[in-house]
Amino acid sequence: MEAFVGALTVFVLAIFIGFEIINKVPPLLHTPLMSGSNAISGITVIGAMLSVATPSYLSTTLGVIAIVFATINVVGGFLVTHRMLGMFKKKA
Amino acid sequence: MNSALINLSYLAASVLFILGLKGLTHPRTAVRGNLLGALGMLLAVIATFLYRDPLGHGPAQAIGLIVAAVLIGSAVGALLALKIQMTAMPQMVALLNGFGGGASVLVAGAALADLQVEPTIVIVIATAASGIIGGVTFWGSLVAFDKLQELFLPGKPIHFPGQQPLNLALGVVVIGVTAWMATGAGGHLGAAYWTIVVIASVLGILLTIPIGGADMPVAIALLNSYSGLAGAATGFVLDNEVLIITGSLVGASGIILSQIMCKAMNRSLANVLMGNIGAASAGPAADDVYAGKVKGASPDDVAIVMDGARRVVIVPGYGLAVSQAQHAVRDLMNLLESKGTEVEFAIHPVAGRMPGHMNVLLAEADIPYDKLKEMDEINPSFQQTDVAIVIGANDVVNPLARTDPTSPIAGMPILDVDKARTVVVIKRSLSPGFAGIPNPLFAADNTLMYFADGKKAIVDLIAAIKAV
Repeated sequence: MEAFVGALTVFVLAIFIGFEIINKVPPLLHTPLMSGSNAISGITVIGAMLSVATPSYLSTTLGVIAIVFATINVVGGFLVTHRMLGMFKKKA
Repeated sequence: MNSALINLSYLAASVLFILGLKGLTHPRTAVRGNLLGALGMLLAVIATFLYRDPLGHGPAQAIGLIVAAVLIGSAVGALLALKIQMTAMPQMVALLNGFGGGASVLVAGAALADLQVEPTIVIVIATAASGIIGGVTFWGSLVAFDKLQELFLPGKPIHFPGQQPLNLALGVVVIGVTAWMATGAGGHLGAAYWTIVVIASVLGILLTIPIGGADMPVAIALLNSYSGLAGAATGFVLDNEVLIITGSLVGASGIILSQIMCKAMNRSLANVLMGNIGAASAGPAADDVYAGKVKGASPDDVAIVMDGARRVVIVPGYGLAVSQAQHAVRDLMNLLESKGTEVEFAIHPVAGRMPGHMNVLLAEADIPYDKLKEMDEINPSFQQTDVAIVIGANDVVNPLARTDPTSPIAGMPILDVDKARTVVVIKRSLSPGFAGIPNPLFAADNTLMYFADGKKAIVDLIAAIKAV
């Protein structure tokens, strides 16, 4: 239970940080914000990596598929965000 | 690498993610912000890889499997990111939302399959939550992708009798199975979990099919939020703080964006999710509004009006992107500026098919971002605007939203183009927009209707201006 309360504290505080920061992102950049946030939500890849190296074959299989999914998010997300942001130029 | 060190690297990754999002608050710092986020991800992945303890106990081929999976995912991700058209960005984000939700379902399922000790009730409930939110996100996102891509399902809302009671019943069953899981599920935790995932998958499909094509921006933003929350739930399962932090950040982001979209359409989230669009019967009939009052204009007529204009505001709608007119519009902007005219763009929050989409489409055509103005910023300036050019937009410039409280779009924030000295509306016909109502702007004294396809209209207009 103690671990849960600690995790819950982190969860609630992070939501507050999220609201504070995201509210300052201008509508101009809302599409890159969505693709970029998809990229960071690919962090589940680390959970997936840890579940591959287990004695359970089911866990290993699920972990491998999860790594593929999460890596698509990470690489696809960061790359497409970078590509989009490169298009935003100020008046020359 | 010991566990204190790995947790420190996760902390560093979390900080880099937050700094990365903070970078997105300004176009000048956005590229660096995105790179900081990527650096955080690299750090977290390398630290996990070097964390020998759990990796060392698995099958010998574990490392090889991980590397192979990462390579496949990277190749698919890179291909998507480099090939996708900017008009198809909503589909790409829908897919990414889905993969995020799917990954959470699989990781939580894997954790359940590999239980070393009796799980606490908190872990069981968090696992169920990952399955529910992740399952809804995965299938909901695939339906959203399909609707946007117009593959199998119609863009229109799909309704059938008993839809809401069925959704409610499925929701109750899912909660019931979760409660059963929390009490141990008679030792069948795995079976209970996958039952939850299957029901959540059906629910994800059923919840997304009634959402109309025009409301997809809200659906995508909301699914974005769900994919974050599913990740946070998985963080609770694994007791992993970086997952919890990242999931909350993404969850908050998606919720804020869905709220902004709903506000821009003056509709409640519940109304959008049920697929209810206001009754089109309210308000005056099209014939009464338009009869004898609509003034058609040729490219030459418009060119004469534009001649000598000091300030021109261009209002792009999704019709502009459909006719691929972005580059022609950029040429028009350059031509007008070379004649000393000030040109700006008025972007309504729901222009395009996802939050911020129109800005990306115009930026792709080399239109400088400091010319792209938000609604609240540009609205006061229409009174000092000589010509407002509306291209492929309709409901977002309909003055009925301000004047007719019985209209289905009453109270929706609109761009006040009718206050400009002259309004030029480029449109193929007088057909109504998504709200299905006539637009008195088209019949206003200061409006010229220039009937043509968006791209051809602009190209012809440029030729006419050069000839004046």
